[in-house]
Amino acid sequence: MNLSFFDQFTSPYLLGIPLILVSTMFPALLLPSTDNRWLPNRLCTLQLWLSHLITKQLMVPLNKKGHKWALILTSLMTLLLMINLLGLLPYTFTPTTQLSMNMALAFPLWFATLLTGLRNQPSTSLGHLLPEGTPTPLIPALIMIETTSLLIRPLALGVRLTANLTAGHLLIQLISTATITLLPLIPTVSLLTTLILLLLTILEVAVAMIQAYVFVLLLTLYLQENI
Amino acid sequence: GPLSDRSLMEVRLGELPAWLATRDFSPQGLLGGVQKAWSSYYNKYINVKRGGPAGISMLLAGYCLLSYSWNYQHISKISFLASV
Repeated sequence: MNLSFFDQFTSPYLLGIPLILVSTMFPALLLPSTDNRWLPNRLCTLQLWLSHLITKQLMVPLNKKGHKWALILTSLMTLLLMINLLGLLPYTFTPTTQLSMNMALAFPLWFATLLTGLRNQPSTSLGHLLPEGTPTPLIPALIMIETTSLLIRPLALGVRLTANLTAGHLLIQLISTATITLLPLIPTVSLLTTLILLLLTILEVAVAMIQAYVFVLLLTLYLQENI
Repeated sequence: GPLSDRSLMEVRLGELPAWLATRDFSPQGLLGGVQKAWSSYYNKYINVKRGGPAGISMLLAGYCLLSYSWNYQHISKISFLASV
């Protein structure tokens, strides 16, 4: 039975438990909680440095009220970073390749920013639907365009993450299949393909980190408009 | 000491079934066992003064192995001849 290229994205079951469950909970093991010490161990130091970097980077543009979101945004960023990077190890499963998971992350958070804005400052939030300085005849069309752009944000957030990671994994699988198939036939071309595979893996590591950052950054931007 | 107080490494092979009979296999017992195993691994390899990449790398290698075994039934059905 031949394997189709999309089979790597189906969550395999063992004893009735899907691997996606293990893959989503595994990052918690890699991020130990600090004891009541100031410098527990090197892993905790690294983790503290990373979480300080992330929190500062995300929270600086927000006002005081937005800082209430610090915990959920930093932990979301850490989760996505860990999940994406762990998915690059051999045989592992990446939960963020599933559209269902990414939509479940994107939609509630985006909706929360929208409701926060509409509840606390409804006229300012609705005012964002019309950029400043638009010529008067264009106003109705622009309002419709801006509303569509607002409503499509959660879809874009979810699909962006899914598509980037799925495409990356698929490319890696395709190029490695090409390398292995070419090895007995034309070793030189196989060597070139191995080089491409190496560069692609470096790209995938970068993409994994960037996509996690972009997801959370966009959420902070939507929050900035509404809080 | 008495059989129920010893850890697995201190039990002799002949005593293994008797030792297993004294273990607590309820959900709380299993959870406690998992917690104990994790904290002993953590304190031995990661929570040390001058740790290195070894502790985490073992964990990641174990994770890869776990994923492989989870996937095994699915992957073992590839036939290489079909792709050539």
